[in-house]
Amino acid sequence: MDLRRDVFQAIADPTRRAILLLLSTQALTAGAIAANFDSSRPAVSKHLQILTACELVSQEQIGREIYYHFQPEKMKEVDDFIKPFRQLWEQRFNQLDNLLSAIKEQKDEK
Amino acid sequence: MKSSLLFDFTIDKATKTVLVIREFAAELSLVWDAFTKQEILDQWWAPKPWASKTKYMDFSVGGRRFYAMVSPEGQEHWAIQKYTSISPKNNFKFFNAFADKDENPELPGSDWDLNFSEQNGTTTVRVVITNESLARMERMIEMGFTEGFKMTLNSLEELLTELSKQTELT
Repeated sequence: MDLRRDVFQAIADPTRRAILLLLSTQALTAGAIAANFDSSRPAVSKHLQILTACELVSQEQIGREIYYHFQPEKMKEVDDFIKPFRQLWEQRFNQLDNLLSAIKEQKDEK
Repeated sequence: MKSSLLFDFTIDKATKTVLVIREFAAELSLVWDAFTKQEILDQWWAPKPWASKTKYMDFSVGGRRFYAMVSPEGQEHWAIQKYTSISPKNNFKFFNAFADKDENPELPGSDWDLNFSEQNGTTTVRVVITNESLARMERMIEMGFTEGFKMTLNSLEELLTELSKQTELT
């Protein structure tokens, strides 16, 4: 298994993405999170461990319970990483737009 | 970008795919040529200030395009595109691999599927890029990052000139 712990590793798994969506609205305990999935409790714990290691969730002890909180600022890394790649396609296609209209102009002149 | 034209961009890490959908205000045959003819392709494929340099291109099933993205400093990033399927003015597919300047591919690569359709004079292009591995996908995004970063260094002045030219044309 790939042991890299970065934000991309975290969101590569559909269960972990679902956990992040759950936590985006409220902080929950591991038990409350697990109740939403068919996966076993240890499997959910493992996912939470990975999400914690990737700093996408943080833990907070309240009484005897541990609550998991979503850390949205970390998700920005994904956006920052992908943005230039998206811009590349935007720019590429904008150039094609200009070229297409230039070719059409030429044709019309003939 | 002309706001009336659709641009959709999705990256799915789980399936290792990138999906790009874009509309163009031009007839299908013209857009098809822009994607399949070397002399037109090289004029727009690289985001400025990068340049696209095609060493050779044989647009036929089993044929290849061997080309480089050239940075403003002259650094060349080579890639090979091997055409696996062509259905004229409708669809073509190729296998893409980064390469060195001597045409040695760096595997794994990615499969590209490009679909073309026209409605009321607007042509929609749908590009699906499926990577053989997650690492390959990250590499592709990183390359895009490098090129995208150079691109943002491109002066605003140049962009504005382009835009005003575009306005004059229409």
